Amino acid sequence: MAEPVLEVKNLRVEFPTRRGTLVAVDDVSFSIAPGEVLGVVGESGAGKSMTGSAVIGLLTPPGRVAAGEIRLMGRRIDKLPYGEMRKIRGRQIGAIFQDPLTSLNPLYRIGDQLVETILTHLPMTKAEARARAIGLLKEVGIPGAEDRIDHYPHQFSGGMRQRVVIALALCCNPTLIIADEPTTALDVSIQAQIITLLKRLCAEHGCSVMLVTHDMGVIAETADRVAVMYAGRIAEIGPVRDVIKHAHHPYTRGLMGAIPTISEREGRLNQIDGAMPRLNAIPRGCAFNPRCPEVFDRCRVDRPDLMRAGGSLAACWKAEEAVNG
Amino acid sequence: MAETMLKVEGLKRYFDVSPPWLNRVLDGSGRRVVHAVDGVSFSIERGETFSLVGESGCGKSTVARLVVGLYDPSGGQITFEGADLSGAAARRKHGDKQSRMQMIFQDPYASLNPRWRVGRIIAEPIRFKKLIQGGDKIKARVGELLSLVGLSPADADKFPHEFSGGQRQRISIARALAGQPEFLVCDEPTSALDVSVQAQILNLMAELQAELGLTYLFISHNLAVVHHVSDKVGVMYLGRLVEWAETRTLFGRPLHPYTRMLLDAIPDLDMSGRSRTPVAGEVPSPINPPSGCSFHPRCPLANERCKREVPQSLTVPGGAVACHAVQEGRLPPWHGGTVAAAE
Ligand SMILES: Nc1ncnc2c1ncn2[C@@H]1O[C@H](COP(=O)(O)OP(=O)(O)OP(=O)(O)O)[C@@H](O)[C@H]1O
Ligand SMILES: Nc1ncnc2c1ncn2[C@@H]1O[C@H](COP(=O)(O)OP(=O)(O)OP(=O)(O)O)[C@@H](O)[C@H]1O
Ligand code: SF4
Ligand code: SF4
Ligand SMILES: [Mg+2]
Ligand SMILES: [Mg+2]
Repeated sequence: MAEPVLEVKNLRVEFPTRRGTLVAVDDVSFSIAPGEVLGVVGESGAGKSMTGSAVIGLLTPPGRVAAGEIRLMGRRIDKLPYGEMRKIRGRQIGAIFQDPLTSLNPLYRIGDQLVETILTHLPMTKAEARARAIGLLKEVGIPGAEDRIDHYPHQFSGGMRQRVVIALALCCNPTLIIADEPTTALDVSIQAQIITLLKRLCAEHGCSVMLVTHDMGVIAETADRVAVMYAGRIAEIGPVRDVIKHAHHPYTRGLMGAIPTISEREGRLNQIDGAMPRLNAIPRGCAFNPRCPEVFDRCRVDRPDLMRAGGSLAACWKAEEAVNG
Repeated sequence: MAETMLKVEGLKRYFDVSPPWLNRVLDGSGRRVVHAVDGVSFSIERGETFSLVGESGCGKSTVARLVVGLYDPSGGQITFEGADLSGAAARRKHGDKQSRMQMIFQDPYASLNPRWRVGRIIAEPIRFKKLIQGGDKIKARVGELLSLVGLSPADADKFPHEFSGGQRQRISIARALAGQPEFLVCDEPTSALDVSVQAQILNLMAELQAELGLTYLFISHNLAVVHHVSDKVGVMYLGRLVEWAETRTLFGRPLHPYTRMLLDAIPDLDMSGRSRTPVAGEVPSPINPPSGCSFHPRCPLANERCKREVPQSLTVPGGAVACHAVQEGRLPPWHGGTVAAAE
């Protein structure tokens, strides 16, 4: 098998606070192969964005990688000095953040930001860089790109800003794209366009993508594999079809059941009752046990690790039972 | 008879995005104006949910901001409970009415004051409107609101940056509810939330509506969510409302070619192999909108008249639509293939 583009092993992200240390990401391992799209879904606050930020070396202090390894094309990158990581970030890893405003400086025209990024990483003249910037803006579907390139971020709608950020992430043909909710602010048609674009990049440049999103429709269409996170851990990971159609973890099944559909209009949406535990009060045993409809004694005592369940891995004692018959 | 809560007539908002004066003189370019909202009319009855959908940049958030008075209209009228609220002076006169509206913003990052603790953020509308007196009582109410949106009362002591995207969105929902609004403008309220929290929030919104008779203007690009929550749906294209209808009607027999295109682009979760039809063509620039019907460059039914003449809104059973093909009776029947007509 080809060497993975990204390999994350036993990653742990901690936040020291006045009230003790919070573990936002706990023993998370996964890898992404060349050209592969790994979808990441899960409860809000489960640690999806933290995992992405750890990979690109942009955890906001006091958050820090407390344990584990991150490798890009075999090279360890979690301990690199800031300057070196910065080079990797613009050139080899493109980042699309959940919050478009963090990536766009409100005081600069969007064209200046694109051109500057291109010039920092690629050998081009200013005019070439500007032409490339306009081309990218067109590619992400900004109408009137020639005019719009000289506008400031606040002059764009929410969705258009997000597309500018996507252009910014793509501008140096990265090998890995970390996309944190890239299409959340976008309507279905632009979403389809962006997804098609991301897929094309994967196919043409062998570029890999870690795609964090809440939209199962997007995952179903784009991802090869999907990881489901809950309370800082991976609850289930496997090929996208298996996870969507034959989920092994009760939390994944709850998520799938909560999706509104157009073909049927229920009075009330199915919800998973209760809330995800706070990071300083994760229950003993399985973190999902207070909300799990299938909980049994062992779940309240022992914490399940990921174990084989059909074509996937699931962290659930029930999955183990099913396998062992 | 149902009582009209909000009425919007011919609403317009233009933004001047011209280059600086000197540049205009030097390169001879003219003024550039974005017609973000260009003559939108609709009305919302008390206790109902009206949703706006449409491609990114079509003017949904601008309509929302106009309605709650964050922008002044360039033209048209906003009437809320019979009072004219178009323009700053009119709004001051009816300050009591204005304060019955609250808005949940599309961008939870930009809308929370980063230097305030969450408890203070949520208590602000309570203090401002003097809804509850006394620090302890306010604190208890804040804790209650936090629990309502699935956070914990102890979260009141934290700052916004200590929360994930979806958690921040829930803080802004709690803040909006704190002001006990009767009319709530929700701009993409759940787009940052995972589906299980989304289900909790949508169920909560439905419960509040049933108990307190809240009225919602709801904006979302997620058509399944819109289908679930709305009584009526309006479809916007380049600053105009091209169709509105009762939810069942809109999803069951969409008329406007653009509405049909949107419904065909809904992502497929069943993985049944139906390839979703991507919406063809580019969204034109709102600075230079196409002549006539602004949808004509992308419309399979466009003819010469469409290029010349702006279609007027035509009342049809259960809604209205602005399209020459409908008016001329040359609209093909809806295939109804992808979306099962609701019942
Ligand atoms: N600065 C901080 N101090 C303490 N805790 C933090 C801080 N930043 C984030 N957290 C916590 O870390 C956890 C993981 O956050 P993260 O942003 O990764 O969630 P997420 O899975 O991306 O959620 P969402 O889907 O809502 O964006 C959350 O519970 C959050 O409250
Ligand atoms: N303050 C502003 N200055 C200049 N142009 C603006 C301003 N606000 C909005 N616009 C423009 O008006 C148009 C409509 O923007 P709006 O934010 O209402 O879109 P939207 O329908 O909410 O889109 P999205 O789904 O992406 O949030 C866009 O072309 C946008 O660039
Ligand atoms: S381990 Fe037990 S509590 Fe946890 S998900 Fe499985 S059945 Fe539920
Ligand atoms: S008016 Fe003409 S161009 Fe516009 S939607 Fe109708 S048929 Fe298409
Ligand atoms: Mg996040
Ligand atoms: Mg908007």
